[in-house]
Amino acid sequence: MLTHTERWAKAAILEVQEYVQLLAAVGRAVVTPPFYRRDVVLQFDAIGIGSLTVVSLTGFFTGAALALQTGQTLDRFGARTLVGQLVSASMIRELGPVLTALMLAGRVGSGIAAELGSMAVTDQINALRALGTDPVRKLVVPRVLAATMMAPVLTVIADTFAIVAGWIISVTSLGVGSSTYWTQVLEGLYLGDAWQGLVKPFVLGLVIGTIGCHVGLGTRGGTQGVGRSTTNAVVVASVLVIAVDFFLTPLLMRVLY
Amino acid sequence: MTLATERSPELDEALGPGSPVVVFDRVSLAFDENVVLRDISFTLIKGHSKIFLGASGSGKSTVLKLILGLLKPDAGVVWVNGERVDRLSEWELMKVRADLGMVFQEGALFDSLTVAENVGFKLLEEGMPEERVWSRVDEVLGFIGLAEFADRMPSELSGGQRRRVAIARAMSYKPRILLYDEATTGLDPITADTVDNEIIKLRDLEETSSIVVTHQLRDAFRIATHEAVRDGNEIRIVTAQGSKAEEAEFIMLKDGGIHFEGNAAALRASRDPYLRSFLS
Ligand SMILES: Nc1ncnc2c1ncn2[C@@H]1O[C@H](COP(=O)(O)OP(=O)(O)O)[C@@H](O)[C@H]1O
Ligand SMILES: [Mg+2]
Repeated sequence: MLTHTERWAKAAILEVQEYVQLLAAVGRAVVTPPFYRRDVVLQFDAIGIGSLTVVSLTGFFTGAALALQTGQTLDRFGARTLVGQLVSASMIRELGPVLTALMLAGRVGSGIAAELGSMAVTDQINALRALGTDPVRKLVVPRVLAATMMAPVLTVIADTFAIVAGWIISVTSLGVGSSTYWTQVLEGLYLGDAWQGLVKPFVLGLVIGTIGCHVGLGTRGGTQGVGRSTTNAVVVASVLVIAVDFFLTPLLMRVLY
Repeated sequence: MTLATERSPELDEALGPGSPVVVFDRVSLAFDENVVLRDISFTLIKGHSKIFLGASGSGKSTVLKLILGLLKPDAGVVWVNGERVDRLSEWELMKVRADLGMVFQEGALFDSLTVAENVGFKLLEEGMPEERVWSRVDEVLGFIGLAEFADRMPSELSGGQRRRVAIARAMSYKPRILLYDEATTGLDPITADTVDNEIIKLRDLEETSSIVVTHQLRDAFRIATHEAVRDGNEIRIVTAQGSKAEEAEFIMLKDGGIHFEGNAAALRASRDPYLRSFLS
């Protein structure tokens, strides 16, 4: 008989081991045929195009709120004109990637876990294997590719909406002129920031896609299990997004600047 | 103990004549502390059918998943068409699975694909030209009497129709071994009969070997005691005659072991209290 703690530790180690095995299988499946092009295109559409609205809205309101907040803070230093620089730098380096990834964890991570989870509990995954098709190639690779490739694109879109929202707030309620704002936006941008703003979402997208697939494929226990998996995928992916961002930030700063 | 006595009678039978297609030799499997199968041995002979009975949770589906290599046993050996599926990799298993057709418990149809796409799934995967795939799909759907449902989605079908589509999908690529997991559970008697008839037809006319899992005795006996015969252009299901009536074997699983093994007559004659309660 194992104690509760031992059993928990064993389960945790097994879980991590299975996740690493999935990562390895994805790596292998990406570079060797057969490829499922049609499924990849479908997932790019579902994950990428399908997330446009939610990501644009998130970017817009974050940018607007950021401009209002920083406008007030900068006033204390008599530096209200720097608002453009603050909005662009904080969005591109930190908030754009993290908030976009959190929205994707909610929308894409849960969607993948629910879809693969219901396939798992209805034996559709087993049916695929019985028919000689590798579920990793057919289901996992298209979703992971789409999440990984679309996350940077969506982040750039969120950043753009945020900077435009910041401009609207600056002009309408902060009394900062258009040209001042845009000059500051460009002033605040370094090449390293741009790279950081693209590499981060790439890694975070990979995390969201693989966690969604891993949790979904491991679903047991009928409809209830699907519900549990969906929640778990969102929680695990969201926490990982923030944690990975934290560890990635100093690393990228060292490499890129 | 000598080597010869250590080998189970099932394996001896397997090595002799009679062409076994599926052999279990002292197979055991547990999920954590839940022992599902303990030292299970049996042999399925080419062209014959084996009928697995047992209460819910007795490990019937697990036996089928072991044959497909979807699960690996903790101990023991599983042979399918002369291959040790218990130790093949997922990649090597694909070849063995090409000769296995599985009808999953609830059908397990891909619900994002139409009936025709489900049935033709494996053929398309194998790269067969589309024209030939669709003509084979038509043929198979005709065989199970669902030709007009080709363009429906699985969610638009009744329970019995879904099971029949699942059978069509399993037979589309002409595997020589068919595995049916409770293909008739939850169906009304008339629909269940149509599904049973498909199983009988495939066994007797297409010469497939089959393992039929059920906990409905009515269907088990129907499959064991009937045969399909071609009568000109017509296919008729009639009461099995002579040795055919003795051929189908029953296996009753209970508490991880084989509680009974024998043909329909032996099952009917059994005085075992557990079997009697199951039979009544
Ligand atoms: N993947 C699995 N993980 C853990 N337990 C399982 C799994 N599959 C089956 N079981 C357990 O194994 C036992 C036998 O299951 P199964 O073969 O599906 O029974 P049957 O088909 O006879 O109803 C049940 O107790 C079930 O809970
Ligand atoms: Mg079952």
